Amino acid sequence: MAAFDEDAVTGGDFAHNELTLEIAPGKISSVCGFLKYDQGFQRLSTVTAVDRYPNEPRFEVVYHLHSVERNERVRLKCRVRGEDPVIDSVTSVWRGANWYEREVFDLFGIRFMNHPDLRRIMMPEDWEGHPLRKDYPITGSRV
Amino acid sequence: MGDAEVPGIVLTPPGEGDQAGSGPRRVVLNMGPQHPSTHGVLRLLLELDGEVAVSCRPDIGYLHTGIEKEFEVKTYQQGVTLTDRVDYLAPLSNNLGYCLAVEKLLGLEIPPQAQWMRVMLTELTRLNSHLVWLGTHAIDIGAMSVFLYCFREREDILRIFEMFSGQRMMTSYFRIGGLALEPPRGWHQRVKKFIDVFPSRVDEYEDLLTNNRIWIGRTRGIGVISLEDMLDLGVTGPMLRAAGLKIDARKDAPYTSYERFDFEVPTRTENDVYARYQVRVEEMRQSARIVAQAMDGMPSGAWKADAPHVVLPDREKMKTQMEALIYHFKIVTEGFRVPEGEVYQVVESPRGELGFYVVSDGTAKPYRVHMRTPSFGNLQATGKMVEGSLIADVIASIGSMDFVLGDTDR
Repeated sequence: MAAFDEDAVTGGDFAHNELTLEIAPGKISSVCGFLKYDQGFQRLSTVTAVDRYPNEPRFEVVYHLHSVERNERVRLKCRVRGEDPVIDSVTSVWRGANWYEREVFDLFGIRFMNHPDLRRIMMPEDWEGHPLRKDYPITGSRV
Repeated sequence: MGDAEVPGIVLTPPGEGDQAGSGPRRVVLNMGPQHPSTHGVLRLLLELDGEVAVSCRPDIGYLHTGIEKEFEVKTYQQGVTLTDRVDYLAPLSNNLGYCLAVEKLLGLEIPPQAQWMRVMLTELTRLNSHLVWLGTHAIDIGAMSVFLYCFREREDILRIFEMFSGQRMMTSYFRIGGLALEPPRGWHQRVKKFIDVFPSRVDEYEDLLTNNRIWIGRTRGIGVISLEDMLDLGVTGPMLRAAGLKIDARKDAPYTSYERFDFEVPTRTENDVYARYQVRVEEMRQSARIVAQAMDGMPSGAWKADAPHVVLPDREKMKTQMEALIYHFKIVTEGFRVPEGEVYQVVESPRGELGFYVVSDGTAKPYRVHMRTPSFGNLQATGKMVEGSLIADVIASIGSMDFVLGDTDR
């Protein structure tokens, strides 16, 4: 059981009837553990990212959690720097985070620490670049 | 087949850890895809000990088309056409999820007729998807004739879609602000003719399968995976309901006035391939009920929202009113601006939780659209589900997940 760490939440927002909590990137794994085991958010709906290029911190890693018994959803957000972006994996909390984090790694180039199998999932293994980054072109071919 | 040269996937060499040659001989079987242009290109790497699959690693990404990237260079309304192509068996469910998300950001009020029309057509989409699933799943297991029956009804549904939108599959019939076109004359009779006979068609499928001893033998007790594992791995939809969990976004977080409809969420507790079959068949009956209710109680009135800056004006108005012509020009050339913000809209697609995470930066194009697609989450449980089962049962198990690879790879 993880105890709730007050320093972990750095901000929040409630809009369109949806709750967003901003979490310090270093604390994401323990916050997720707390939310899953103490607060009943047994489902991780999805993990994705938003590229705020050229702003810093450049990336937002976004988690959508779902509690079936409470019928509630919450969104967690961690801001990660653009230079060598890295964040803790939550695969130890939900095994289902595996593919979602691989997708974010593949398409945004954000590394997940302690991920059991961090490989590209959508693009070919030898692909260069991360297509969902804002500085990645939408058309054109590599020469 | 050599196992060392499979890129990026570490496999146990045969007999390693035992004395050379005396351990069990394991074979790695590459199951599909046979050709890049086949549909449903999924690759399964099965590690076999005799006829038992010791492990199973799905390899996806063959149908990745960068749809999420494409959204960022299209206006909001153009984005609707992209959603069709994600889950091509349930295009209207995708249309609906995306439109609802953007409408939430815009704060648009959708008139009742459009909402009920959306419910009716989304449920027909669910029937369409479940029919394809049932037909192909039965073929996979060896019951050939069910496919012909299912596609007979599916054809009727596709013709209804064509009548509404002009398209059989990529309908794009729901637009931000309502519907794309006015519902066609004579739709009521057409849908009624279909929905009146449909329950008896479901009886026919059940006659072929429900008490069929071969079907039961191939599906009962197969593909069992615990509810805890499924929740942990991100599985949603009929698979959870077949394990006894009553979860359905149409009931838990109603959208598009689903709360006004009377229907049941079927569940089973056996949690095997047969239970998933029973859940989906019952869902077809419930969807037919919803369609009938929507048809009978269809409100009259507008079919698109009163929002001239978002919804295209009527053709007739453009010929007489200057403002209508200006709005038309502005919407077509530059789209409409959506207030800054982010939403996550969930709808219950035939496969499970379909979520649209839309981020707006206040311009006419989405800053980011992420689709949480049910097939992606469901497929992640494949390995856990088929571990230790026979190869033939692997087919039955993955069929019972009802995934669409376009939905997985986006």
